[in-house]
Amino acid sequence: MYELTNISRVYQKGRGRVTALKEVSLVLQDGEFLTVQGPTGHGKTTLLLLLGALDRPTSGKVNFDGRDLGALAESQLVDVRAQNFGFVFQNYNLMPTLTAAENVEAALVPLKIPTGQRRARSLAALAEVGLAERAAHFPGELSGGEQQRVAIARALVKAPKVILADEPTGNLDEVTRGEIVVLMERLWKERGMTMVVVTHDTRVARRAPRTAIITNGTLSLRMNRDKAASDDPKPAMSAEPVEI
Amino acid sequence: MYFRYLGRELRRRARSASLVAIGLAVAVGLVITVTGAASGVKVAQGQVLRSLYGVGTDITVTEAAAPGSGGGFRFGGGPPTRSQAGQSFSRDRVSSAGGLTTISATKVTAVSNLKAVAAATGTLDLNSIHVTGTFGGGPPGSTSGSNSTHPFSVSSFTVAGVNPADPGVGPLSSANVTAGAKVVSAWFKRVESSPSAGNQLLALVDSSYAKQNSLKAGSAVTIAGTKFTVLGLVSTSATASAEDIYVPLSEAQKLASDPGKVNTIFVTASSASAIATVQTEIQHLLPKATVTTAADLANQVTGSLSTASSLATSLGVWLEVLVLLAAFGLAALLTTASVNRRVREFGTLKAMGWHSRRIVGQVLGESVVQGLIGGALGIGLGVLGAFLVTKLAPPLSATVGAAGLGTGPAGPFFGGSRSGNGVTHRPFAHTFAPATHTIPLHLTAPLSLGILGLAVALAIAGGLIAGILGGWRAARLQPAEALRRAE
Repeated sequence: MYELTNISRVYQKGRGRVTALKEVSLVLQDGEFLTVQGPTGHGKTTLLLLLGALDRPTSGKVNFDGRDLGALAESQLVDVRAQNFGFVFQNYNLMPTLTAAENVEAALVPLKIPTGQRRARSLAALAEVGLAERAAHFPGELSGGEQQRVAIARALVKAPKVILADEPTGNLDEVTRGEIVVLMERLWKERGMTMVVVTHDTRVARRAPRTAIITNGTLSLRMNRDKAASDDPKPAMSAEPVEI
Repeated sequence: MYFRYLGRELRRRARSASLVAIGLAVAVGLVITVTGAASGVKVAQGQVLRSLYGVGTDITVTEAAAPGSGGGFRFGGGPPTRSQAGQSFSRDRVSSAGGLTTISATKVTAVSNLKAVAAATGTLDLNSIHVTGTFGGGPPGSTSGSNSTHPFSVSSFTVAGVNPADPGVGPLSSANVTAGAKVVSAWFKRVESSPSAGNQLLALVDSSYAKQNSLKAGSAVTIAGTKFTVLGLVSTSATASAEDIYVPLSEAQKLASDPGKVNTIFVTASSASAIATVQTEIQHLLPKATVTTAADLANQVTGSLSTASSLATSLGVWLEVLVLLAAFGLAALLTTASVNRRVREFGTLKAMGWHSRRIVGQVLGESVVQGLIGGALGIGLGVLGAFLVTKLAPPLSATVGAAGLGTGPAGPFFGGSRSGNGVTHRPFAHTFAPATHTIPLHLTAPLSLGILGLAVALAIAGGLIAGILGGWRAARLQPAEALRRAE
């Protein structure tokens, strides 16, 4: 569970200071699906980085499972990230020199899992996102949608408690976008993990029970009444592409 | 995963990796070639020094005569009288070589008794000058030929009195017996068992001198009126500055009327590290003596060998340092640039929970592999360079002063000439000033495992330095900053 209390994040930019987040407070339950919306440069990604222990707040506290992430040493933060968080990026961020399977396997390296197990788990993760037959392909040989599936498999392979996705559909065409959203929703439901998705797309944002709107560094919450997930934490989801 | 990732990453940026490897290879190749050439120069210097000293000699001890001693040159007799005019004369003069004063032979024993001295022997190097001519009718008191209308001829040769009981040290230690080997060997053996056998009127003659004077084993040579039988011919080496005639030390002492005296002591130290200590101890024992080590003598070698030595030790070293710095700089620059291009990659790895040390290890590994490839290529370049130096280097020459000669000012009194009977009439300058020998040498660039090992170590060091810089840059990357920049 996340508990953010009066979080502020101020960056030094040249001679000036930019306040990315102002006194933000938020509670996120285990297994919750939250989308984050807002204009570009208003603090969405900053919030995601703080949730993923990739950054520290200037003030306030980010508690994750009872631990203040801002107070942990860098090496402890690395371990927290390795064990708990899976990231999905807009540009996929796959290693161009590694195959799809090896990219997925890379997420297991910090967990010191034996090579054989690593390979088996990465192949299973790829199969789960429908890319078993593309395991030996390099990112350059895959379409955008396939690359994002590999990135999702990489985020899921270590069975993290939280999936943090930054514009996961930002670079995809409409059809592929729908496939990816459905895939992520399915995995969220099947695995019961917490999922935070930053998106510009209102139709994607409305897939989640709650949406955090960030404007000028301040956060407000919106309940998405039309989302079945808000009624039932574990609803059966259609595998059909979402109409968006 | 580590090696797969490393290998593929290097292949991905093959051009930059090749540039780093080639830069390191050129530097390593240059280090090997220059170090090999420097070794070749040292080998050549060693050849020259051996020719001066003899194999195994580490130190020579001489003592310069006090200025004004020796009393000029007199060949006996007073100024020519009117009754002598027109009469022929023949005079011999035997003197200590090169303005050296004599040292008591007991000092040789004292030196050989020093703790770190393995062997020591004394020699008496002499110049024998033979003057023949006809008295002229010049003004009374004139003894030189310069005012005489009647010519006279001067011939000289060098004589070394050696102790045949000490064959392992001294001027004959590196000599090859080219004629009469069996009898010479028998003579040395006989002297070993019975030292008095070394006092016979036997001589060894330098093969060049023998050729000039048509001498062979069994011939007779006369030194200041004493006849010696030539026992054999010796050749010190192609680079040697040999004495003309070698006689037993006791006989040389008789010729010079200096019983119990030597003028050069040859010393072998018990180890190379003991040479400095021995030098100090001998200097303490003989305060007035000049104690010269091989290193001191090497500094007196001039000519193109000296130039090559200077090139190898100054220009060569600077060139090596500059090229190494350039190669290391290039490697560091390209590695850092590569890290800068991989910010997103490293940010992602950090987001996945990779520790900085693992990422640093990855960057370091890539750089070390580039260093190893550079080292391997560099060995090839270096071996090629050394081969070309050996094959294409112009011949060198070393100009050295003859062993045991002093350092007085040169200045010929008389020009030398070759008489019709083949006897070399040496210039007086040879007698009274340091004689010089120009020795032709061929420069080689010998390589050793040590040199190759050093070169590979340098290449790896270059890779490590580049990797550490690149790794440091990667380690400092904040994941949030890296991902933001990439996004």
